[in-house]
Amino acid sequence: MDAPLAGVLALQGDFEAHRKALADAGARSAEVRTAGELERVDGLVIPGGESTTLLKLLKDEKLWEPLRRFGRQRPVFGTCAGAILLARRVTRPEQECLGLMDFEVERNAYGRQVQSRVVRIEDAEGGPLEAVFIRAPIVRTAGPGVRVLARYNGDPVLMEQGLHLAATFHPELSAGRRVHRLFVAKLRP
Amino acid sequence: MDDTFRVKTGLAEMLKGGVIMDVTNAEQALIAARAGAAAVMALERVPADIRKEGGVARMAPVRKIREIMEAVDIPVMAKARIGHFMEARILEALEVDYIDESEVLTPADEEHHIDKRAFKVPFVCGARNLGEALRRIAEGAAMIRTKGEAGSGNIVEAVRHMRTIQKEMRQLTVLGKEELVAEAKKLQAPLELVQYAAEHGKLPVPNFSAGGIATPADAALVMQLGAEAVFVGSGVFKSEDPEVRARAIVKAATYYNDPVKLLEASEELGMAMPGLDVAKLAASELLQTRGW
Repeated sequence: MDAPLAGVLALQGDFEAHRKALADAGARSAEVRTAGELERVDGLVIPGGESTTLLKLLKDEKLWEPLRRFGRQRPVFGTCAGAILLARRVTRPEQECLGLMDFEVERNAYGRQVQSRVVRIEDAEGGPLEAVFIRAPIVRTAGPGVRVLARYNGDPVLMEQGLHLAATFHPELSAGRRVHRLFVAKLRP
Repeated sequence: MDDTFRVKTGLAEMLKGGVIMDVTNAEQALIAARAGAAAVMALERVPADIRKEGGVARMAPVRKIREIMEAVDIPVMAKARIGHFMEARILEALEVDYIDESEVLTPADEEHHIDKRAFKVPFVCGARNLGEALRRIAEGAAMIRTKGEAGSGNIVEAVRHMRTIQKEMRQLTVLGKEELVAEAKKLQAPLELVQYAAEHGKLPVPNFSAGGIATPADAALVMQLGAEAVFVGSGVFKSEDPEVRARAIVKAATYYNDPVKLLEASEELGMAMPGLDVAKLAASELLQTRGW
C-alpha cells in the first residue's frame, strides 16, 4: 500500500511552506482545492492565511460540509487561520467555524503586524519549541477534552484533541519538524 | 535570515494565493473584505485617478487609513513615496501591517530608496527585472511585486515584468560561480542575493504581481507565469460592478489552474475598467520607470 497522503488546503495562504514541512517529516502531500480532491487524502492541513478569505472560499466552493464530514473521520491540522477554523467558537469578530476541536479563540489578539514575533517556548511537551506568531489569535478557553502541548504567556498555543491538531503559531515557518511529525503520525499507517 | 525578517516575510507567506485590493475608504474596504481579499491597500486615489488627475500623489491621509483599519480585520497596507522614509515612519507609528514603497506615488527621492531594514514594519516594493528586485531586497523589502503599469487596465506590462524576472532567474541557474560574480555586477545587485536566486531559481522573498490586472483571466495569467499572489488596483473599483468583480478575481487567484472554475468566475461580470494602450503613453506618463 502507498504511504499515507496528506492533503494541504490550497485555497489561500502558506500551503507551499506546509508541503515542504510535510515532505521533511516523511509524508507525501497533495494540494486540495475541491471536494473531489479532499476525498483522496488521508488527512488535511489547513494552513495559515486569512481566515475570512478561507471561510468565504470554503463556503462559495461548497467545501464547508465536505470538510466538516471529513473531520469526523480523518485528522485535520490547522495553523493560525487554520486553527481558527477548527475552533468551537471564534470572537472579535464572531465568525463561523468547523467546531472540530473544543476551544474558543480570539482573532488578531496580539495586535497588528508590528506585534508579530518569534519566541522560544522552553517548557513545551517534548522539549523547547520555536514558535513564529504572525497576527496570531489567542485561545481564550480550551475544553477538558483538549490536551495542551505548549503554552505561551499562559495561553494554549499547541493543542491536540483526538485526531486533530491546532497551533496558533506557524510550525511550517520554523526549521524544526516536530509538530508536523505529530500530524504525520496521525495519518493512516 | 533574522527573526524580524522572518516575521516580515512570514506575513507575505500568509497572503499567497490571495488578492490584495486597493481601497480609498472604509466602504470599499468592507466590499473587498466581504469578497475574500487577503489584504487591502489604503490609498487616497486609485492609480487610474492619479494618472488622470496628475499633480503630486502622496501617502493617504491618516484619517482615511485609520478608518480603513477600523473597518476590516484583514491586514491593511498603505503606500509611501519612494525614498520618503518619514511618510514610512508615520505609517509605522500608525501600525499599518505592510508599507508599499510605491512608484504609483510621486517619488520623494530620485536617487535613494528607503532603508527598509531600519523599520519593524515590513515593506513591499515594485520591480521590473531581477536586478531591481534584488536591490530592493538588499534594502530590506520582504516582498516584491512586479510593477506592471498601474492604472492602465492593461496586463501587458505585468506579463513583461513577471516573464523577465522568471527568465533572468532561470538563466542564473546554469551559470558557474565565477560567472555569477560578473552577473552580479551587471545586475547591480549584491552577489549573495544573486547566488541565492541562482541556487533556488526564485527570489528569497515572495514575488507577487501588480499593475494592470482587470479581469479574472488576467489574475490567472500572472499566477501561471509565477506570481504567488496578485495586487489589484483600479481593476476592482473602476469596474462596473466592484463587488462581483472582486469576488471573481479572488476565485481566479485560487483556481488559476482550473479553466472550468475560471469560466464560472468570468460569467456576468459587467464592464471591466477602461484600458489604455501602454505603447501609446509618453515616457513621462509611465509610472513603472520610477525606482532606481
